[in-house]
Amino acid sequence: MYLNQFLLLSAALFAIGVYGVLARRNGVLVLMSIELILNAVNINLVAFAAFGNQLAGEVFALFVIAVAAAEVGVGLAMILLLYRNRKSIDLTQIDLMRG
Amino acid sequence: MIDLLTMAVATADLPLGITEGGSWFLRNAWLIPLLPALSFVTILFFGKRMPRGGSELGIAVLGIAFILSILTAAAWVDHRDNYHGEEVHASVVAVDHGEAGDHAEAGHGGGHAEPSLAVVSTVTWFQTGGVEFSVGTLVDGPAVMMLLVVTLVSLLVHIYSTEYVHDDRRYTHYFAFLSLFSASMLMLVLSENTLQLLTSWELVGVCSFALIGHWWEEKPNSDAALKAFLTNRVGDMGLIVGVSILFFIVGSALPDRFGSFSIAETNALAAAGMLPHTALLVAACCLMAAVMSKSGQFFLHTWLPDAMAGPTPVSALIHAATMVVAGVFMIARLYGVFFSGLSIGGSSINLMAVVGGVTTLVGASLAFVQRDIKKVLAYSTISQLGYMVMALGVGAWTAAMFHLFTHAFFKACLFLGSGSAAHAVHSFDMKSDMGGLRKVMPHTYKTFVIGSIALAGLPPFAGFWSKDEILAGTGGWGLLGGTGGNGAYTLMLVMGMVTAAMTAAYMTRCVYLTFHGEYRGHGDPHESGPRIIVPLWILASLAMVAGLLNLPSGFQLAPESLQERFGHFVEPVAGYFPTITHATPSWSLAIVSTLVVLAGVAVAGRYYFGRVEAASAAAGQSLTELPDGITTRSALARRGHTLLSNKYYLDHLYTGIIAGGTKGPVAAAAYRVNQNVIDRTVDLAGETAVSAGRFVYDKIDQVVVDGIVNASGRVSSDTGEELRKIQSGRVQDYAAILFAAATVLAGILIVIV
Repeated sequence: MYLNQFLLLSAALFAIGVYGVLARRNGVLVLMSIELILNAVNINLVAFAAFGNQLAGEVFALFVIAVAAAEVGVGLAMILLLYRNRKSIDLTQIDLMRG
Repeated sequence: MIDLLTMAVATADLPLGITEGGSWFLRNAWLIPLLPALSFVTILFFGKRMPRGGSELGIAVLGIAFILSILTAAAWVDHRDNYHGEEVHASVVAVDHGEAGDHAEAGHGGGHAEPSLAVVSTVTWFQTGGVEFSVGTLVDGPAVMMLLVVTLVSLLVHIYSTEYVHDDRRYTHYFAFLSLFSASMLMLVLSENTLQLLTSWELVGVCSFALIGHWWEEKPNSDAALKAFLTNRVGDMGLIVGVSILFFIVGSALPDRFGSFSIAETNALAAAGMLPHTALLVAACCLMAAVMSKSGQFFLHTWLPDAMAGPTPVSALIHAATMVVAGVFMIARLYGVFFSGLSIGGSSINLMAVVGGVTTLVGASLAFVQRDIKKVLAYSTISQLGYMVMALGVGAWTAAMFHLFTHAFFKACLFLGSGSAAHAVHSFDMKSDMGGLRKVMPHTYKTFVIGSIALAGLPPFAGFWSKDEILAGTGGWGLLGGTGGNGAYTLMLVMGMVTAAMTAAYMTRCVYLTFHGEYRGHGDPHESGPRIIVPLWILASLAMVAGLLNLPSGFQLAPESLQERFGHFVEPVAGYFPTITHATPSWSLAIVSTLVVLAGVAVAGRYYFGRVEAASAAAGQSLTELPDGITTRSALARRGHTLLSNKYYLDHLYTGIIAGGTKGPVAAAAYRVNQNVIDRTVDLAGETAVSAGRFVYDKIDQVVVDGIVNASGRVSSDTGEELRKIQSGRVQDYAAILFAAATVLAGILIVIV
């Protein structure tokens, strides 16, 4: 087992996540992609912690999971409200802040 | 041989004359300003829903504050003589200034053997850059005395106001600001450091502004409020500069500190001669500017008469008894700085004494020509404030504080009395709307006369004792052994004497015009209700007896244990207070000053009660002056009258309308100079400026500046137009930019590292 295997997995997950965030039009899927990015980070943190014999990385990962849960809660609530108001969760149509 | 280097950086111990112990009331005096502060907030938000519009809360809170002040005063009386706790010392840099040492060694003999220790309690407010900013209370004699004065007068004014403004449209707002004012003023007198003093100084200014402009719908009232506020800003600059100077020079004398706002440290160092004299002089002059604006000293006094536009109880509280003495109190608080900075001891003239002396004469002379009863009292207040500043200027500290104390009572009594009379006749004009009120308003008449006698200074009323102490304190009296004191301020003695005669005369005029003769106004005036009469009688009785608190020690009028009680308990004998010499009272001076006052009364009395009365009887109507009086017969007197009616043209000077004063010969000459010299210079300067301006406009402004401005505008507009496209409003575009930027930064990081 090498550290770079974990890092490659994490990088792949991160890239998939970024693709999802940038390319999907569905708000729920974008939120899921953000979860992918966060979990890529988690893998990094845990991997470095395990190989470096330090507990701090794992504690950080726990914090990230907790924060991610809160973020999804807020994000889904926003998307729900968006759907109620506009009957659509297509993110490309939401451009009220256009300059 | 002494090593000079080690001497320069050696540290020494300086006793500050303060302690952190003491009884509960002295350590927790901060409760007294806190109560009205809370009532301000409560009245502001919930006052309208209270059955009496918030006034009951204000009265209750001030009542509690007054009781607390009495208990604090009782605790102080015990503490002053019986406390022997530990004194706070400050370690200071002991630089040898030559004669600096023997100041500190001189001790605090000066009459009082027993030293007093002020009680200090502080908390840290915030800390930044190694400097600790603290808030706290410094409870000593002057602070306790001011607590009593402020809470008592404020309480009486609250009660009086419930009748005076009872159906006002901003009744709640009025009481909220009275509470805020009381809180700020109480915080000012308890201030432990100059920064706190400055803060509350500004706060009382704001309250004064709001209350002068209470009836702001009428233009003159809001103008007066603005004038008061702006004139005070002039002096506040001096206060800020002075406080900053003190902060830094005190820091230079303390070994491990950058600066200090502490009043006790500043005063102790200044009194011990450890601060550079030039810096102290500059600081004292800057602080004098603040005193001149806040305490209405010549030539920044012009806002005070205008401030009479506010409700009368406000004038009594703010512009007679408390706020305007803030300047006097500030001098008394920082007396170490002023005493050393202005070299008061052993001199015969200094800035403070001259400013005070001139103010007292200017105020008294202007009080003669006013038609408005409140303006008479306003100029009288200016004059009496000048008396106090003059007393501090000649080193008669206790006399100044005592005069502040007695003045608060009799002047508040006079103001409230004038308010009572004006309330009945719905006007302040003595000549057209008053006269003969003694028959219908007996209580107002009696209390007003008592206040007038106290102000004029006839024994045994309050004003006599404090005024006589100031006159003795000048040290200028040479007959029968003299009075000693800090120097031979003969000029100030003469100014004080002349003012005493003038004060007696203008108060006689005021009493005659308001209460004697026949009623000249309209309607049917009647005596005010009990909520006005009771405060009047309380203040009038204090105006009668307050002087007995400080019976002179040389006269043997009372057993020794009752002499100079005020001086004993109020004047600090501590490290933070300079060593001042006390004057001894003189029978000959007291008799002469009484005779001078009687002469003033006699001259004015003969004119008004004798000749004007007779002329009125002959004319069949109530006159206010002789039809062929001295101003109609003598051109010189008429010119003098004109000069006074125009308030020495100071308002004209300040508003820039010098041409308004062409009636007098001096003003005419000034007008010619104005037309021929100044105007021509101004015109010339103007024409030059116009041609220069035209060149600048055509060439520089239009071409260069406008070109640059237009170009920059166009560039930013075009850039904005392009950049606008980036802000698509779509969250995914932003995310793309974010990730792209992160990638670029990561790339740079990899390349560099």
